[in-house]
Amino acid sequence: MTDINNDAAFVEFQRVQKSYDGENLVVKDLNLAMPKGEFLTMLGPSGSGKTTCLMMLAGFETATHGEILLDGKPINNIPPHKRGIGMVFQNYALFPHMTVAENLAFPLEVRKLGKSERDEKVKRALDMVQMGAFGGRRPAQLSGGQQQRIALARALVFEPELVLMDEPLGALDKQLREHMQFEITRLAHELGITTVYVTHDQTEALTMSDRVAVFDDGRIQQLAPPDQLYEEPENSFVAQFIGENNTLEGVVKSIESDACVVQLDDGSEIDAVPINVHAPGDRTKVSIRPERVEFNKNRLHADAHTLKATVKEFIYMGDVFRFRMSVAGNDEFIVKTRNAPDATRLQPGQEIEIGWLAKDCRALDA
Amino acid sequence: MTDATQNTGPMLAADGTPLKQSLARSLRRQKLRALMLIAPLLLFVLLSFIIPIASMLFRSVENNIVGDTLPLTVEALQNWDETTGELPDEAVYDAFVRDMVVAVDNKTHTRLGSRLNYEETGMSSMFRRSGRKLGKLDPETDGPFKEQLIEIHDGWGEPQTWAVIKTHSPAITNGYFLNAVDMRRTPEGAQAQPEDKQILIKLFGRTLFMSLVITASCILLAYPVSYLLATLPMRVSNLLMILVLLPFWTSLLVRTSAWKVMLQQQGVINETLVWLGLVADDARLVIINNQIGTIIAMTHILLPFMILPMYSVMQTIPVSYTRAAKSMGATNWTTFWRIYFPQSIPGIGAGSILVFILAIGYYITPEIVGGTKGVFISNRIAYHISSSLNWGLAAALGTILLGVVLLLYWVYDKIVGIDNVKLG
Ligand SMILES: Nc1ncnc2c1ncn2[C@@H]1O[C@H](COP(=O)(O)OP(=O)(O)OP(=O)(O)O)[C@@H](O)[C@H]1O
Ligand SMILES: [Mg+2]
Repeated sequence: MTDINNDAAFVEFQRVQKSYDGENLVVKDLNLAMPKGEFLTMLGPSGSGKTTCLMMLAGFETATHGEILLDGKPINNIPPHKRGIGMVFQNYALFPHMTVAENLAFPLEVRKLGKSERDEKVKRALDMVQMGAFGGRRPAQLSGGQQQRIALARALVFEPELVLMDEPLGALDKQLREHMQFEITRLAHELGITTVYVTHDQTEALTMSDRVAVFDDGRIQQLAPPDQLYEEPENSFVAQFIGENNTLEGVVKSIESDACVVQLDDGSEIDAVPINVHAPGDRTKVSIRPERVEFNKNRLHADAHTLKATVKEFIYMGDVFRFRMSVAGNDEFIVKTRNAPDATRLQPGQEIEIGWLAKDCRALDA
Repeated sequence: MTDATQNTGPMLAADGTPLKQSLARSLRRQKLRALMLIAPLLLFVLLSFIIPIASMLFRSVENNIVGDTLPLTVEALQNWDETTGELPDEAVYDAFVRDMVVAVDNKTHTRLGSRLNYEETGMSSMFRRSGRKLGKLDPETDGPFKEQLIEIHDGWGEPQTWAVIKTHSPAITNGYFLNAVDMRRTPEGAQAQPEDKQILIKLFGRTLFMSLVITASCILLAYPVSYLLATLPMRVSNLLMILVLLPFWTSLLVRTSAWKVMLQQQGVINETLVWLGLVADDARLVIINNQIGTIIAMTHILLPFMILPMYSVMQTIPVSYTRAAKSMGATNWTTFWRIYFPQSIPGIGAGSILVFILAIGYYITPEIVGGTKGVFISNRIAYHISSSLNWGLAAALGTILLGVVLLLYWVYDKIVGIDNVKLG
C-alpha cells in the first residue's frame, strides 16, 4: 500500500466509506492507489463490497465519506459519461434491443466517429473475442459465455484508459476462460490500460494480476503482488482465502523479533514467524501451506520441532500426491508432495513425524 | 434413429402399439383433464360473453318481424312494382287485412309499427290507430278493403307506405348497418340520409379522435409517473403507488361528478382563475359539457390503466443498462432516448391498447360531462337500447365499433407488432 508513489497514482481511494442504508457500512475505510497501466484484481467473498467499489469508481454510487481521485482529480466533479471508463457488468448489460454490432458501435457513435471507422473498430473488437460471425445477432440469441465476450469487447472497443471488469469470465468454461484470461491480460498490457478486475476465483486473481486486493468485511485485508499474497499472507483470512492452507490453533509461548514458539492446543510445540502476535500468551492461528510440509526427516533441520501425524487418506492426483492427516487434533491437515520418482506413498493408518521450515509457518491472528 | 424408422416402418411403443398412437392417447388424456379444469370458466365465458356478442351480431341484420307479422301481404307485394308510383291492387289490401286481424289479436301490430317507424316517421301511430278498427273487420265478408282502409287512415293511400313495407320485408336486412353509417334502404337502393339525420359517422369520427387524444395525453402524463414509480426507493414508490390506485377505491360516478364540480363555470377551476385574475369574470372558461371536459375527465379516469402496464415494464429494465450506456460516454438524453425509451415501448403499447379500447367504448363519463358536443358513439348506442328501443341499430353500431377496434388492433400489430406488448 505504501510502496506506490501517491503522486503517480492514476486511481486513488482515500479513506472511502460507503453505506447504502445509513446503518451498515458496506465499505469501511478503503485506501488504494493504482499507478497507470496496473492490473489490479479485487478478490473477495460474495457481498464483501467489490461491486460497490467499482460502482463508486464509475460514478454510479457516491462515497458516503472520503475521496476518490481519477488522474488526480476528485471524481465527483466529473459526470459518469465524461470519465472514459470502460465497464463490464456482472450481468453483462448488453442492450437487448440492439444487435451485437450495434451494441459495440454505441460507444463509438456517441463519440461521433464516422461510419467506416466505427465498422472497422467493431469488426476488430469482435474478432478479438472470436465472435466475428455474430455481429447480426441479438444478445438474447447468444449463450452466457458469448454474451460475456461481447460485453468485454464493448468495454474495450472505445479504447478507454481505465477498464472496470466485474467478474467478466464467470460464465465461461475452463478452456475458454483460460484463453480469455490470457487475452485480457495481453490486451491490458499491450494497450496500456489500467484495469480493475473483480473476481471470486483466486486462481484467476493470482495468474492475471500485477497486484491483488483481498476484500472482506468492507476492508482490504491485504494488497500485494500474487506471490507475496500466497507466500506471506498477513492475516488468517487471507491465508484461508488464497490457496489451500492448514491451520493449527495455539498460544504463543515465547517470542523474539523474527521467530516464536507456539504451543498448540494439544501441548506440542512448533516454530513460526510472528506476524500478528506480539507477546507470549496471545492466541494465534498458525498457517502452513500443504506443499511446504515435509515428512522426509533428512530434509529438516536437526533441531526443528516436529509433530506426530496419522495418515487418514491418500489421494492420487496425477502430478501431486495429496495426504489428509490428523495433526494436533486437526483431522483436515493436508500435505502435498510432488509425484517425483523417489516420492513415498504413505498408506492410511501410518504414523509419521512431520515438520517444516520455521519461515514457512506464520503465526497469524486468532 | 431416423434411418431405423425409415427401414422398419413406424416406431413401436413397449406394448407394440405404434408410438404415435400411444403418444396421442396419453396426450389426449392430459388435454381432457385440462379441459375439465377450465370447463366452468369456459361455460361462463360462453354464456356471458360469446352468446351475447353473437346475439348482438345477429340482431344487427335480423328483420323477421315484417315477414312474420304480415306474411300474406309480403307475398302479395311481390307482384307490385313500387317504382310506378301507383297504389297496389286490391289483393294486397285483402292480404293486409287478413294479416292485421291476426296481428291485432296477438297484439304484435304495435311492435311492427315501431319497427317501421325507424324507417318512416308516422308509421307507428298509423298502425296503432288503425289497429283497433282493422281488428273488427271480417276478411271473408267485409271486402273489398282498399277504400275502407284509406278511409280509416290516409296513410294506406300513400304508395310510400307500401314501398316501406316492401323494402323492409326480407328476413335479413342491411338496413341497420346502412342507418349506422348515415344511409338508408330505399326502393331505389342505398341512399344517404337527409342532412339533418346524418350524425352517426360524425360521432364515430369524434369517438376515434377523442379516444386518440385521451390515449396520447395519458401517455404523456403516465410516462414520468411510471418512471418515478420504477426508479424511486421502494418505500416512496409504494406510497406513490397507493396514490395512483386511490381513484379505484372511489366509484366512477363519484369521480366523474367531482369533475363536474371542478370544471363548471362556477366551479373550482374557474373560480380560482378568476380569483387569481387570470380570467375575467365574464369570460369564464367553458370546459365542461364539451369535448374538453370529456377529455380531461376521461384522461384522469383512465390514467391508472396506462401507469400500471408502463410501470411493470419499466420495473424490469435493470439500471445496469443505463449505467452501461453512461459509462460508454452517452449523455443523459442519449441514454434515455437510445437505451431506456426503446425498452419501455412495450409498456406504452400495452397501456395504449388498454386505454384506447376502454375509451372507445366509454359511456358514463361522456354522458355526465360531455354535454352534446362531447358524447361518444356508445352514448348513442345506449340511447337506442334504452330510449328509442331500436335494438337493431344499436347492434349494428356495436358491431361496427367492434370491427373498428379489431381493425385498429390489426393495424397496430402491423406497425408496432403485438409481441411488443407486455404487461410486465
Ligand atoms: N443498491 C444496494 N442497496 C443496498 N444494499 C446494497 C446495494 N448493493 C449492494 N448492497 C449490499 O452491499 C453489500 C456489498 O455488495 P456488493 O454488490 O458490492 O458485493 P460484491 O462483493 O460485489 O459481491 P458478489 O461477489 O456477490 O458480486 C452486500 O451486502 C449487499 O447486500
Ligand atoms: Mg458483485
